[in-house]
Amino acid sequence: MATIWQEIEKRILVLDGAMGTMLQQYKFTEEDFRGERFKDFHLPLQGNNDLLSITQPQAIKDIHAKYFEAGADIVETNTFSGTTIAMADYELEDLVYELNYQSAKIAKEVAQEFTAKEPHKPRFVAGSIGPTNRTASLSPDVNRPEYRAITFDELRIAYKQQVEALIDGGVDLLLVETIFDTLNAKAALFAIDEVKEERAIDIPIMVSGTITDASGRTLSGQTVEAFLVSISHIPLLSVGFNCALGADQLQPYLKRLSKETNFYTSAHPNAGLPNAFGDYDETPEEMQAFIKAYLEDDLVNIIGGCCGTNPEHIRLIAEVAATYKPRGHSELVSESH
Amino acid sequence: MVAVTNKYLTLSGLEPLVITPETNFVNVGERTNVTGSRKFLRLIKEEKFDEALEVARDQVEGGAQILDVNMDEGMLDGVEAMTTFLNLIASEPDIARIPIMIDSSKWEIIEAGLKVVQGKSVVNSISLKEGEEEFIRQAKLIKRYGAATIIMAFDEDGQADTYQRRIDICKRSYDILVDKVKFPSEDIIFDPNIFPVATGMEEHRKNGVDFFKATKWIRENLPNVNVSGGVSNVSFSFRGNNIVREAMHSAFLYHAIQHGMTMGIVNPTMLEVYDSIPKDLLEHVEDVLLDRRDDATERLLDFAESVKGTKKENEEKILEWRSFELQDRITHALVKGLDTFIIEDVEEARVESAKPIEVIEGHLMTGMNVVGDLFGTGKMFLPQVVKSARVMKKAVAYLQPFIEAEKDGKQEFAGRILMATVKGDVHDIGKNIVGVVLGCNNYEILDLGVMVPPEKIIETAKKEQVDAIGLSGLITPSLDEMVYLANEMEKQEMNIPLLIGGATTSRAHTAVKIAPKYADVVHVNDASRAVTVVGNLLQKENKVYKEQIRAEYIKFREQFLSRGKRKEYISLQEARSKKFEIDWQNAQIVKPNKLGIQVIEELDLKVLEEFIDWSPFFRSWDLHGRYPDILTDEVVGKQATELFADAKVLLKRVLDEKLLKAKAIYGLFPANSLNDDDIEVRFEEQKYTFLTLRQQLKKRDGVPNIALADFMAPKETGIQDYMGCFCVTTGFGTDALAAKFEAEHDDYNSIMIKALADRLAEAYAEYLHRKVRTNDWGYASKENLSNEELIKENYNGIRPAPGYPACPDHLEKKTIWKLLQVQEKIGVALTESLAMWPAASVSGYYFANPASKYFGLGKITEDQLRDYAQRRKITIEEARKWLNPNLVDH
Repeated sequence: MATIWQEIEKRILVLDGAMGTMLQQYKFTEEDFRGERFKDFHLPLQGNNDLLSITQPQAIKDIHAKYFEAGADIVETNTFSGTTIAMADYELEDLVYELNYQSAKIAKEVAQEFTAKEPHKPRFVAGSIGPTNRTASLSPDVNRPEYRAITFDELRIAYKQQVEALIDGGVDLLLVETIFDTLNAKAALFAIDEVKEERAIDIPIMVSGTITDASGRTLSGQTVEAFLVSISHIPLLSVGFNCALGADQLQPYLKRLSKETNFYTSAHPNAGLPNAFGDYDETPEEMQAFIKAYLEDDLVNIIGGCCGTNPEHIRLIAEVAATYKPRGHSELVSESH
Repeated sequence: MVAVTNKYLTLSGLEPLVITPETNFVNVGERTNVTGSRKFLRLIKEEKFDEALEVARDQVEGGAQILDVNMDEGMLDGVEAMTTFLNLIASEPDIARIPIMIDSSKWEIIEAGLKVVQGKSVVNSISLKEGEEEFIRQAKLIKRYGAATIIMAFDEDGQADTYQRRIDICKRSYDILVDKVKFPSEDIIFDPNIFPVATGMEEHRKNGVDFFKATKWIRENLPNVNVSGGVSNVSFSFRGNNIVREAMHSAFLYHAIQHGMTMGIVNPTMLEVYDSIPKDLLEHVEDVLLDRRDDATERLLDFAESVKGTKKENEEKILEWRSFELQDRITHALVKGLDTFIIEDVEEARVESAKPIEVIEGHLMTGMNVVGDLFGTGKMFLPQVVKSARVMKKAVAYLQPFIEAEKDGKQEFAGRILMATVKGDVHDIGKNIVGVVLGCNNYEILDLGVMVPPEKIIETAKKEQVDAIGLSGLITPSLDEMVYLANEMEKQEMNIPLLIGGATTSRAHTAVKIAPKYADVVHVNDASRAVTVVGNLLQKENKVYKEQIRAEYIKFREQFLSRGKRKEYISLQEARSKKFEIDWQNAQIVKPNKLGIQVIEELDLKVLEEFIDWSPFFRSWDLHGRYPDILTDEVVGKQATELFADAKVLLKRVLDEKLLKAKAIYGLFPANSLNDDDIEVRFEEQKYTFLTLRQQLKKRDGVPNIALADFMAPKETGIQDYMGCFCVTTGFGTDALAAKFEAEHDDYNSIMIKALADRLAEAYAEYLHRKVRTNDWGYASKENLSNEELIKENYNGIRPAPGYPACPDHLEKKTIWKLLQVQEKIGVALTESLAMWPAASVSGYYFANPASKYFGLGKITEDQLRDYAQRRKITIEEARKWLNPNLVDH
């Protein structure tokens, strides 16, 4: 089968859009979240989107399919919160392996269907690894700046469990994303590197940080360049940014990143900035225009959407991405014989 | 895939550090090391982490590019200490900016450090000491944690002490790392061991040379690596003789860098400038370092005795300029600000000239033109120019009697400028500086001083037929004074340029508020621009220039008034419903130890020295940068250092001779908030009310709209709360001193004394705040207890000042004055614009609640203005006058 390393040389790859936005449309109730299996669970489960891979797998599969139909090359597993740390709120730590395994498995099934239909355009599954809800280099208590709510080792162990399950479930690559705190990401990369060595496998890794606001820094205070330096010790497929900002606001940071790195680059911005109600209302057309500016500037190899984006956004992004060469190739093409 | 970049060592804290061949020597800060600094060890042992962080901050501000942290001490839990300290650093963005060097001889401590730094740090160090297997294990982990590492030239047989052993071990280490561990070669830094020289032991003779040669070999044969070392080791045998040590460090570094050393642990205060090392000392030192003579060590030891403690001065060179031609001597004296020989030289020029006035118009102006050019091109800085002016004034004063005796010569000035600080304002440092700079450029300055009523300004301007008026002011009510004066000038159909300057003035205010009243106005906020602006304005053909400014201000005004993004404000009522909430039932309220009013009549100003914040001092001289960085700044460092030395001299005089008098009054009272925004204070059966203002900017959900009253328990809770207020001054004596300097034609020190008095007043406020926290109020008195939670209380509480962002209402000073009887008790008065006199004074409130914090009020809307006028019992018009700068524009 074609590898992602081959495909990424040929064209700009398109990542999917938001999972949460799509799930909202189903208006799942507490009962739907629980399904048959958790109908007597002692805590409320509504809002635990990752759980839907087990209790409503068809909905998740349908969403994956919609993104593939829209032109995505890569979909993300429904595992953004799939660590023991993030699942602790629901007391579902024990479910973490199954959750990741099932999510990977159903995404892979959909991907294989599409690859079989369109062999010239192989589809991939990225195991989504979120930031957890704790930060390793920031204290949640202003009066105790030396205190940490989570340690590197706790993160490393939790991430390792998630990574192993995702790989067992069949993901093609891993995506460490929405990185607020670089130290969390370093723990994830540490865990991935351990798994790679123990299993003697190689698996492509995407890393995607988050610039939280107009200060141009991550939540943990790093500049774009410092962030890049801090995660470049592990061989990566790509490095990029996602979430928090819209495509327009993200562009300057992406530019700086693209200039500094030899890895492939990715971006999956939000559909603009949230409005007063917390909704995202940048239209697919508006977002497409901003993404076109990325392409004009030769900034990305992988492009997709984060909060507020839907298959229509991805369809228009894919449409415009198809008309450009991947980042770094405009020069190579002109130099080749 | 995209491009092949060179393999450079790149590190990161919150910001990146890339070490390229163009990078100068990388300086590693070494004071946060318990093995090297007794002070730091004590702070860590006593868990005085705040002070320990200050040590780190000093390193960063002093120019360290990497921060070495070492916790290797038998009495410490190294893992715990490293983790805690690095976590603390992570919450200090100004320290965490630079990469960390995790320094330990114990792997477990290194690994603990690696687990808490988000950036790419440097491990210091690992080696083959414990054998290849352990070396590989550690290197793999370092790679996985994402750090670079120092490799010591150390193997199973011990530390490398010859050239051959150094290069053998480094080569072996490199091959293992690159081939077996796949460690990136650019992340390797070798430390080929710096050992002491001149120890008297034959085998140590080559310690310098071997290090240099090994460094060169490593850089030439092991691609992409860097070389580091701890430099102070080399001079170990000269402990106690800092002159030799400093010379040795810098000579060693000079040669080491030539041979390829790229980074190192160096104490910058223990380093002489290589070019400044006296030739004979350098020769002796280099003989030892480079092993050039058999008797090098003995010769240096003998020589060292002779240089112990001698001053490094070279007076012959200093006086070389005395042999220059007359004009060159005068120019030199003006450019360098040296007044020692100026009378002598001016007398010589006078004798040579036909008329004494020619000395001013010829010799002196020639020199001042050089000063002007250098200043204009950024090669001289403000303090230097003011020093030049001092020399110029002395020269002119000397010539004056001769000119008058001749009665036929009058100095031709380029123009006559009236300068004044407006009514109600007493701040004149900036105005004086601009006056001096213009004076240097041959303008005649009529300085009317401070608190000048508008009538007097206009009257003088007409009578003296001045060519321009320069207005200055620092406090916000002065802005309205300026508008008023502009209006008057228009009414009286004056047609000379009006220059506006001072800390609260701005181009926006000038364009929007002053220019519509009087069109011939320019905002000039730094002295260097003043010369150009005045020069252009006073040209005969100035129409175009004036039109340009006018058009610029009109455009600015239009843009300002039609700016698209209007901020949204909420009603006062809504703002009050979103106040800053404190859980009063569970709040810790400490009753002050001493309620009531205290006066401090006398204070030895020496205790204030350590509280001085120097950065604003440099800013008042147009030198921008943070102290102490500014002393080593590439552009202004030299000037800043000189200015600082001069300031220290004057400060010492002030302190030793007690030239300034400091006084303070403060009081702590039972108080509660009342009706949302007021604070009711009770003292001796009387009630006093402080009015506070509330933020009205529309904010995100959950973000409060704060007023200072929110930090006080509301009366209806029934909980007794407390607040304080204070006024300090260090200004008594300033005017007399300044006048004395001016009489001696010494504007430099006249400005200096005012700038210093301002700093001392701020320092006094800081000092008194601490005293109140720990003693009089005592809510932070427990900071001496070992309980860390209590130590944290140390800096609780704020001291906001009326007229500043949290409470911009100057009228509150009147309430403070009434309550404390400030004027009666310590003699600090308020002007009609509510500036304090003497100028070097600070007043404000004390709030102690741990949740209290500084904030900016921002703009308020009409409903709060009306409410405020009612509470204050004044008319809306008067309220508008005082709060004008804070009202939302319409």
